[in-house]
Amino acid sequence: MALARKETTIEQPGVGVKRRATRFPVVSLVLGTLSLIGMMISIWMIFLYAPTDAVQGQPQRIFYFHVPMAWVGMLGFVMVAVGGIGYLRTRDERWDWVARASAELGAVFITLTLITGSIWGRTTWGTWWTWDARLTTTLILWFIYIGYLMLRSYMGRTHASARAGAVLAIIGIIDVPIIYESVNWWRTLHPSAEVGVPGALPPSVVLTLMVSLTTFTVFYCFLLLQLYQLQRMQAVAQRLRASVE
Amino acid sequence: MTFLAQVLAILWKDIRCELRSKQTWTGMGLFALLVLVIFNFAFDLRVDNKAAIAPGVLWVAFVFASLLGLGRTIAAEREKGSMDRLLLCPVDRKAIYLAKLLGNLLFIGVVEIVALPVYAALFNVPLFAGALLPIVLLGTLGIATIGTLFSAMAAATRARELLLPVLVFPLIVPVVISAVRATGSLIVAAPNEPPWLGLITAFDVIFLSMSMLMFAYVIEE
Repeated sequence: MALARKETTIEQPGVGVKRRATRFPVVSLVLGTLSLIGMMISIWMIFLYAPTDAVQGQPQRIFYFHVPMAWVGMLGFVMVAVGGIGYLRTRDERWDWVARASAELGAVFITLTLITGSIWGRTTWGTWWTWDARLTTTLILWFIYIGYLMLRSYMGRTHASARAGAVLAIIGIIDVPIIYESVNWWRTLHPSAEVGVPGALPPSVVLTLMVSLTTFTVFYCFLLLQLYQLQRMQAVAQRLRASVE
Repeated sequence: MTFLAQVLAILWKDIRCELRSKQTWTGMGLFALLVLVIFNFAFDLRVDNKAAIAPGVLWVAFVFASLLGLGRTIAAEREKGSMDRLLLCPVDRKAIYLAKLLGNLLFIGVVEIVALPVYAALFNVPLFAGALLPIVLLGTLGIATIGTLFSAMAAATRARELLLPVLVFPLIVPVVISAVRATGSLIVAAPNEPPWLGLITAFDVIFLSMSMLMFAYVIEE
């Protein structure tokens, strides 16, 4: 019994399992449609509307994917921490579903950020990787994401797992800026390559970037909602299985 | 019982446990020495590259050895079921955390005291005992604060030996950077360096306050 009570399932029967499956998924459809249209417009703008970079040429266009992916990766971690804080304050497992869903998404987007950044760096700087503060911090954030996902999968769907995840996310979100600063100090004596100097960017570039950023954010919201529903259904399934056994 | 008395009581229990079994100390110490030996083969240390490599070797050995000891902290309590009894005691969770942290610091510290002279001899680095001690102590404190917190988390899983480094290494990066740099500036004084020792102290304070606040959530049943 002691073991069984650790499972979220037995403890709160019925909570969060409200029958909502029959409702028409309006929000999902709207977000999905918006991100589809946004993606089409973004791709058109990135490849046809935005001017070709005078120095870097065509490879510079990866910038319009790289920056939004990095932004969504960071936003994802903020949402993991927000979900963690929400869970610790209210003990409502729906917050935990948000955190888990956002962690899975953020990990994917940070991975894509690292890959696209690497390709861009190869064409621009001539190297796949440099230990610049931004790159290093992104890599560390990736490790924290993977650590989070490993922790959650090892601990299973329990209250202890949700609390541990929340603590890791909160400590991580405080630690990431510190890591950034410390890597910055570590590299102060070394010449570091500049990652895209803002300044004389033509308005069409800024507009394309803004559209792309908005689209990726909407896309993130759409995916977050789907993964949240998946988390909910997994919780329900586990609950049903526990009630049968 | 006052807060301090509670901390000391739990700490004394751990010390007696360790004095009788001597498992953690011998294991960690031998491991640290072995890492030093392996690094000797991995990097062919010469006079011209010693200043760049030696601080890193020292800290990698310390970090690895620390994690071995840190993994045992809460896991040993859980194996014998004494964790539940500890939690049942009318003791502040912060006292449990502080006692575990001090215990870890003590165990790692003893290993470091043994490893430092060996390191100085093997790598032919002058042992700057006076200036190196605060760096080693503060760096170890930074590793132990985060490590103690996460050992409680990892102990609840099946794969704690695997999970603990995966969780702890990314988070202690600032401490490791500062400690390596501070140690390096002892061998070759570099100009325009940030105040690394002050930075380690700041990181320690941040990590310690975060961990003390969070520990109650981690061990709660």
